Order: sequence, then C-alpha cells, then structure tokens
Amino acid sequence: MSTDVMIEPATNTAPVVMPDTPTPVATDVTFRIRRYRPDYDEEPHWEDYTVALYPTDRVLTALEKIKAELDGSLTFRRSCGHGICGSDAMRINGRNRLACKTLVKDIDIRKPITVEAIKGLPLEKDLVVDMEPFFAAYRQVLPFLIPEGHEPTKERIQSAEDRARFDDTTKCILCAACTTSCPVFWTDEAYFGPAAIVAAHRFIFDSRDAGSAARLEVLNDKEGVWRCRTTFNCTDACPRGIEVTKAIQEVKQALIFNRV
Amino acid sequence: MSNPLAAPRAGSRNKQRSNFELYGWLFMRISGLILVFLVLGHLFIMNILDGGVQRINFAFVAGRWSSPFWQVWDLSMLWLALLHGGNGMRTIINDYAERDQTRFWLKMLLYVSTAIIIALGTLVIFTFDPSIG
Repeated sequence: MSTDVMIEPATNTAPVVMPDTPTPVATDVTFRIRRYRPDYDEEPHWEDYTVALYPTDRVLTALEKIKAELDGSLTFRRSCGHGICGSDAMRINGRNRLACKTLVKDIDIRKPITVEAIKGLPLEKDLVVDMEPFFAAYRQVLPFLIPEGHEPTKERIQSAEDRARFDDTTKCILCAACTTSCPVFWTDEAYFGPAAIVAAHRFIFDSRDAGSAARLEVLNDKEGVWRCRTTFNCTDACPRGIEVTKAIQEVKQALIFNRV
Repeated sequence: MSNPLAAPRAGSRNKQRSNFELYGWLFMRISGLILVFLVLGHLFIMNILDGGVQRINFAFVAGRWSSPFWQVWDLSMLWLALLHGGNGMRTIINDYAERDQTRFWLKMLLYVSTAIIIALGTLVIFTFDPSIG
C-alpha cells in the first residue's frame, strides 16, 4: 500500500486515559407506580419504590429489580426486552414509552418517576391492560395482503419506489403506545385508533395489494380516520419513530381524492 | 377476480357507503379558511377602517345592510360560523358524551339551537327594515 498513513507501533502508545468518563455510579431512583390488584384493591393507588440504578439502566430493569427485591406482586408485561415485541408499553412520566427503550439517564430522577398502565384500555392488574379492544380494531382493517389474479409462480415483484411508499408503517410492533396516547381514543373506545390506521396504511399503499377499497371503506366509517384530531400524540409516542399522524393524513387524502 | 372477502361489518351496520364524515371533515377545513378571511375582514373593517367601534349604531347597521354586498358577507359569516361551530360541537359531543341518551339529547339541543339562530339571523338580514329606527 502506498498511502501516507503512518501506523505507530503499539508499544509507543501511552495507556488510553479518558478523563471525561467517570465510572458509572449507581444512584437511588424512586419510582411511583400506579398499582391495582383487583383481588385486594377497590381503586388503583400510587406506591413508591426506591432502587439503585445506573444511568444506563432501563426502566424495565428497574421494574424487574422492584419485582425481584421489593415487591414480587408487581405485575407487568415484558418479553424480548429489546423494543421489538411491543409488550411493555406504559406511561412513564405521563408519556407512553416502552420501558425497555427508556433509559434512566434520559429521565429527570430528582423527582419520583411515575409509571402507570397505558390509558384507554381496561385495566386488569398493575401495568397490565386488556389488549383485546386494540386487536379487535386491528383485525377490522384487514391487516394482511389481499392479492388479485392468479397466484404467480415466482415472487410478487415490487419496485424500490413502490416499497418505499409504505416503508414507515411496516415498522409497527403493535405495542399500542400510539393508540393509548390518543385523546380521542381515551374518550371513545369505538375509534379505530392510530395503530389500526397504521396497519391499514401498510397495505393500502402496497402496490401488490388489491384490498384497498375495502380497507378505505372501513376507515371512512364514523369511527374511522375522520375522528383524528391531528394532536400528534401518536407520533410522539411511537417507539419505532413511525410518523403516525402523517400516515393517517395520507389515508384521509386517499379517501378525499379517491386514489391510492 | 374481485376482492373475495365479504365487506367488513357487512350486515351489522353501514349497509351502504356513507361519506358524511368525509364531507364533514372537508367542510370544517374549507369553512375555517373562509371564516378566517370573513371574520378578520369584518373586524378590521368595523374596528379600524370605518373609524372604530364607537361609530357603530342603528343607522350604521341600517346603512350597511342596504347594500347586497354586506348582506351576503354577513349572511355567509352567519351560516358558516354556525355550521362550523355546530359541527365542532357535534364532534365534541361524540367524543365526550358516553351514554347514548346523553349524546342524543345534547345533539338535539345543539341542532335545534343552531337551526333557530340561523333562521333568526337570516330572517333579520333579509327583512331588516331601517325605518323602525
């Protein structure tokens, strides 16, 4: 190689000192969790738990620590713990977040961190809600490919541009953070909610799909896209960074101009 | 081959496609835009161009409503504002009134009062008699 780059021998290198990187210190962090145990409690109530955490710990770590060390009755959903399965959406300091993607260093720990179940779905226990109404709305928008014509012998070809059209909405993990952050959904459970519209968007704008008319018809309903008040809570809540409100607006546009 | 699936919710409700909510949504956007122009224009003309609010009295109003231009302006402002506001209230009732009975009666109250105000306002604009002053 005839480059000008000089690589110094390793023996000449002084030990690397990173002056600005202190050793992580565990700090006591207080969590104020909205508890509800239907066998014992009439009403949900708040309880405080203090655990020692590193800044790089997640809220999920804290919940697991509380469950293991302080109160084994604390109930919450978790599965993968890495922001893929969408099980641990909850309201952290009043905002819908995945507990496994929220780091302690990103929260103000001078005050207790409030953690409660997502709003608008029936509360079952502690941080666990009944997700059935959410999935019922999801199923109603036909969230699967509806092909047209004969089954091709090869794959269904799609151009990169056509694929990009709905790329954003393929990222949904059905955690319900968006739907349960929507003020319209809080007061009216019949509203389909952002997640179902995102799921519909994923197929409406797919060039291989032929079921758009049926899906648009569902979303043109009284409880469909027209209930959206564009408050952007859903976009803010989405742990996958999907531009949910934009997707809803695109569905509205498709309905108004009658084209996909 | 057409879509082999039965139309969703077929049989239970929405037997035919209704675009009511679509048109309602569109109406809110369009009337809102027109109202910005009409209302701000109204305020600007009344309070600044025409010499301030203290000049407005019976004769002033009589003079304005003798012109078809102001009749149309005020009439469109009346209709658009009430329909726009009424539709907004309808949405809010749909959002917050949970029981069907409450929803129904609140909406009836809303529709009746909106209709009365629109009718009264329209009547006044068209039958205004400057000689009663």
